[in-house]
Amino acid sequence: MGLTGWRLVSLIAAALLGGYALANSVGIFLAAFLPASKSDAVLAGNLVSFAVYVAAIIWVGAVRKPLRAWCVLLIPAFILTGLCLAKGVDVLASVGL
Amino acid sequence: MSQSPLSNKKASASPDGGFRQAMTWLHTWVGLTLGWVLFLIFVTGTAGYFDTEIDRWMQPELPFVEAPLSALETANVVRARLEQEAPQAERWYINLPAGRNQLYPSVFWQGASEEAGASSARGRLTLDSKTGETLTPRDTGGGQTLYQMHWRLHYLGRGYSDWIIGLATLFMMVGLVTGIIIHKKIFVDFFTFRPGKGQRSWLDAHNFFSVFALPFHLMITYSGLLFMGFSLMPLIVASHYGDEGRRQFFAEVFDPPGIVDAANTPAPLVPFTSVIHQAEQRWGQGRVQVVDVHHPQDASARVVLYESIDQTVSTSGERLVFDGVTGDLLHTEPTDASMVKHVRDVFLGLHEGLFAGTALRWLYFLSGVLGTGMVATGLILWTTKRRKTAERKPGRTHRGLVLVEKLNIGTIAGLPAGMATYFWANRLLPVNMAGRGEWEIHILFLTWLAMLLYAALRPRLKAWQELLAATGVLFATLPVLNALTTERHLLHSLKSGDWVFAGFDITVFVIGVGFVFAAYRVRSSRLSDLQKPHKPKSTAVKVSKLQDTTGGAV
Repeated sequence: MGLTGWRLVSLIAAALLGGYALANSVGIFLAAFLPASKSDAVLAGNLVSFAVYVAAIIWVGAVRKPLRAWCVLLIPAFILTGLCLAKGVDVLASVGL
Repeated sequence: MSQSPLSNKKASASPDGGFRQAMTWLHTWVGLTLGWVLFLIFVTGTAGYFDTEIDRWMQPELPFVEAPLSALETANVVRARLEQEAPQAERWYINLPAGRNQLYPSVFWQGASEEAGASSARGRLTLDSKTGETLTPRDTGGGQTLYQMHWRLHYLGRGYSDWIIGLATLFMMVGLVTGIIIHKKIFVDFFTFRPGKGQRSWLDAHNFFSVFALPFHLMITYSGLLFMGFSLMPLIVASHYGDEGRRQFFAEVFDPPGIVDAANTPAPLVPFTSVIHQAEQRWGQGRVQVVDVHHPQDASARVVLYESIDQTVSTSGERLVFDGVTGDLLHTEPTDASMVKHVRDVFLGLHEGLFAGTALRWLYFLSGVLGTGMVATGLILWTTKRRKTAERKPGRTHRGLVLVEKLNIGTIAGLPAGMATYFWANRLLPVNMAGRGEWEIHILFLTWLAMLLYAALRPRLKAWQELLAATGVLFATLPVLNALTTERHLLHSLKSGDWVFAGFDITVFVIGVGFVFAAYRVRSSRLSDLQKPHKPKSTAVKVSKLQDTTGGAV
């Protein structure tokens, strides 16, 4: 359906990697901001992150535009991660930075 | 839109049509990519609902279980054994026999002192509830290995298997949601079956398998993802607890309150009498499932009793924490101490179905069969669509199509055959053979491999027919094998009311008959194909069949 070669690879990568980035950043954000004990908030973030991941993959499948998919997934992921950094959550350490 | 190699349909003009088309594309490819892994997950997981029943069939020398002794008597017998086997341990974890899920007491210990006479620092034993002696049935993979294949494959470390299984589960979830989206008339289609119409019939069957057990499929898939939650999404825990903080997170979520570090001052462990008595007064007789002793024989010992989960869906019941020296009750931790953990425990509990009695267990099993059928018909549907198109273009080689067809035959008919030979191996390998349990599972995989090779070399429909028939015969004759190799044949089981043994024999027989019937159906359709009058199309059929015979791309 109109997508071949690198554009298709890019779309699949957006779904799997971009979706993963968004799912994790939503999970980390919820863990930081939910009004619950730390362990409960982290667990809640974990439970919800999968719904975000699934939704992201399906949405990417629906738009079928690689560049748009990457932008729409990564921009909120960066914003949420930024909010967590501002709150003092050591997000970067978790990915080894 | 132009045509691409990935789709042979043109998108309709309406935006909704485009959306549906996109969802169909996604559904097709997430379903196919790891479809065979999903088939393995569904088949072995479905068998896993009867894991302890399969264990019992595979260890026929273990006695038909009598009514269990009281929890206290058993706990004391096990404790005496642990005092010899694992002195000065960090932890004794005693599973008491409690109904279907745990027939014999089993123990696990860690951090025991070998200088003080421990047989090993950590260990795991299944014991006789009366004598405390180790039960030594034949070495077997049992139902547990089938069940474990379901979530951690085999031969691979968790570092790999978690990701393969996790990705397959994720694709399954995407497949389910996109399947619901593209399915226009769920209710009408549910009552529609058009047999003997090729691709349309496969689609009807796929819809039936999917829709009939849809709530089960959604529940089992999302909870499956949650089982892998900490492996697949490690960053969420790491960003809040640090890279090394996982243990602390797990302790906060899963450990009962009031556990303290060892004082390293010896002190006698409190007798279990009053502790178990208090718990049974609260929960009822025979409902203590676990006696979990932290730092036994130390001044800061804790005895934690776990309530049986047979009356709750959740994977955890109430827990009572006692001081291990004085026997005072320190904490009562309710099932839903944390709402979030309770949500997770209910999801996981629904997935495992440990709470299910006989009728519900069968419903779980049948739902699993429907899930297996959903994956199998989906994989076949992918090929029937493309086979039709391929036969109109005889000149081209259809490598992808032939590869998928071969993998389908070798897996959908071949993996169950492997499971049947797994049971055959259990009865036929010498009882004292070294590495026996591991060889049973090698035989499962070798059979599957042989089936894949066979499928690669034979023409498509013949391979289907022959492999389905072979699988059917292997299953249906298992009761005969059982009768020849043990004293516990079907009549004996029926007479003595041993429903586990009888149930296994009857179930595998029915499964076998089902496979033979499927082989018969393939044969009829193959013969009717051959008898069709010659149309121009039939040359194409011949050409593609010729490709099949030569093995195509495989």
